[in-house]
Amino acid sequence: MNGAALLRLSGITKTYGVGQAAFQALKGIDLAITAGDFVAVMGPSGSGKSTTMNILGCLDTPTSGSYEFQGVHVEQLSRNERALLRRNFLGFVFQGFNLLARTTALENVELPLIYRGEPAASRHATARRALEQVGLQGWEHHTPAELSGGQQQRVAIARAIVTRPAVLLADEPTGNLDTATSREIMDLIGAFNREHGITVLMVTHESEMAAYAKRIIRFVDGRVDTDHRQGEAA
Amino acid sequence: MLWNTLLLALRAIRRNLMRSFLTILGIVIGVAAVITMVTLGNGATRSVSDQISSMGSNLLMLMPGQRFGPGAEPGAPFKGADVEAVRNQITGARLVAPLVTKAATVVYQASNWSTSVTGSSNEYFEAGNWQIAAGRNFTESEERAGKAVCVIGDTLRDKLFDRQNPVGSEIRIKQFACEVIGLLKAKGQSSMGSDQDDIVVMPLRTVQRRLSGSQDINRLTISVRDGVSIDAVKAQLVDLMRERRNIGDNENDDFRVMDTRQIAETLTSTTKILTMLLAAVAAVSLLVGGIGIMNIMLVSVTERTREIGIRLAIGALEREVLLQFLIEAVVLSSLGGLIGIALATAASILLAGLMNVPYLFDPGINLLSFLFSAVIGVIFGFFPARRAAGLNPIDALRHE
Ligand SMILES: Nc1ncnc2c1ncn2[C@@H]1O[C@H](COP(=O)(O)OP(=O)(O)O)[C@@H](O)[C@H]1O
Ligand SMILES: [Mg+2]
Repeated sequence: MNGAALLRLSGITKTYGVGQAAFQALKGIDLAITAGDFVAVMGPSGSGKSTTMNILGCLDTPTSGSYEFQGVHVEQLSRNERALLRRNFLGFVFQGFNLLARTTALENVELPLIYRGEPAASRHATARRALEQVGLQGWEHHTPAELSGGQQQRVAIARAIVTRPAVLLADEPTGNLDTATSREIMDLIGAFNREHGITVLMVTHESEMAAYAKRIIRFVDGRVDTDHRQGEAA
Repeated sequence: MLWNTLLLALRAIRRNLMRSFLTILGIVIGVAAVITMVTLGNGATRSVSDQISSMGSNLLMLMPGQRFGPGAEPGAPFKGADVEAVRNQITGARLVAPLVTKAATVVYQASNWSTSVTGSSNEYFEAGNWQIAAGRNFTESEERAGKAVCVIGDTLRDKLFDRQNPVGSEIRIKQFACEVIGLLKAKGQSSMGSDQDDIVVMPLRTVQRRLSGSQDINRLTISVRDGVSIDAVKAQLVDLMRERRNIGDNENDDFRVMDTRQIAETLTSTTKILTMLLAAVAAVSLLVGGIGIMNIMLVSVTERTREIGIRLAIGALEREVLLQFLIEAVVLSSLGGLIGIALATAASILLAGLMNVPYLFDPGINLLSFLFSAVIGVIFGFFPARRAAGLNPIDALRHE
């Protein structure tokens, strides 16, 4: 296969719990993602989609197997090195938004820039631009409680892309949104993939949303079941 | 990193104003209570010891009767012969002042004032560390003849003479007129709230003849010579009085001897115990404040754990998260500590004024309370965060 994969999982397993209660959520995942791709991950509930995304996002560690990020073995990195990987290369969008409560949209979007040590002036400007890109100009000083679900997810997307990450990981980003809003969110994610070359991995239940992707991977029972490019199979 | 983390900490404080306010409040109340109590206690102790040193040192008081309060045995008063006997036989006595005290109303022109009139001798002024501010003390002939002359305290000048010089004026006490020959220098109020300057002193004989109508003497004040043991003099005095009052070997004294050092020790140890008690009560409020803070922190632990998960997920290092929470805790508790100190200072000055005790700034208790509040803040603000920051980001995010 392509040796220049951006992300590569080989034989990844994940077991939750120990002894009698142990449960193997991932039973050996092999996966390679090339830069600039837009991948939809589908599959029944409990098939291990989120677990895989969390491992890819360095939010969780696999039980065994290897994970290479641009050729670097992530499983050999320290906690701090993985944090720096998240900070500099990864953006995450969650189903439940995960914005800081009682914190303005602008401050939420600024947060990753603060951890990157950006000076205040450029930080404000960059965060404002990101909010503009997701169509939230004028909403900078609203807190999550004052925003609709779709607007909150836009803030979360702005926060994820404000650092121009190499990879955007989205776990059911439209899971809590109505269809019209979901389409707007998908348009946004698609645009970041096309216009900024951000590699996108997105979990979704809906084939309408998966249709935005270039490649669809289907999980069943902790394994990759099917993996095909849009247009090839159709 | 420090600057950015400070920014994050301040934002977190602003974002959770209610929680921050309650945290600060808990510390403010505790710190202010402890400092105020200890400061007032110190002031009261100082005031008592000041008053005792203004009474004169090395003093013995000889009084009839055994105990104070209910069930007290009165005991016969002393006579002039007792005073002579003490003067002649107690070699360690430098001065012996006999005392008779009577309550009376003093009138000058249109003003009148109820006070206590003391009959004594010039020894009284010397033993009690009284200074004459104006005029003079008694002459020997005035004492011998029981002339109607008096030396008054500063309070009487205030109440009767409108702070004018009273020397040479005549005041009326009961039916007789009395010339003011001297004014005593003010000593100020005592810690027990009694006014030491509210006195009129006349020759012993004058009071005996014109006010008490008997030869009785209520008290003897004896000043002990420098370098002589107070206890030895006290023992001599007890032996002498037992002999003069015909008290058998297995009978109890019907008089008592107190010395100022002993009074001083009793009083200062009492106020010290009171101070400690008050400080203990106040410390409880500091503790209650601490528990309140712990409560607030525990209630918010779920939200804060998720917040930590978010921060970790977007690339915060564990130590950055910890530093933020540490700064947050230290800022809140220091702020609480500082406000508490300011409040305590204001309250102490105000209450010290009302209670008539000196205000003494105690750096030790201020520092101690401040450090304690900082420690409370760090323990309750920082340690829950330490657990959360050590989690996998995804576990912190999922925290229920
Ligand atoms: N923290 C956890 N502890 C125990 N079991 C878990 C945990 N997270 C996920 N699982 C289990 O692992 C399996 C895969 O979960 P997940 O990756 O969330 O599935 P999906 O996202 O495809 O619905 C499920 O059966 C789920 O119950
Ligand atoms: Mg899932």
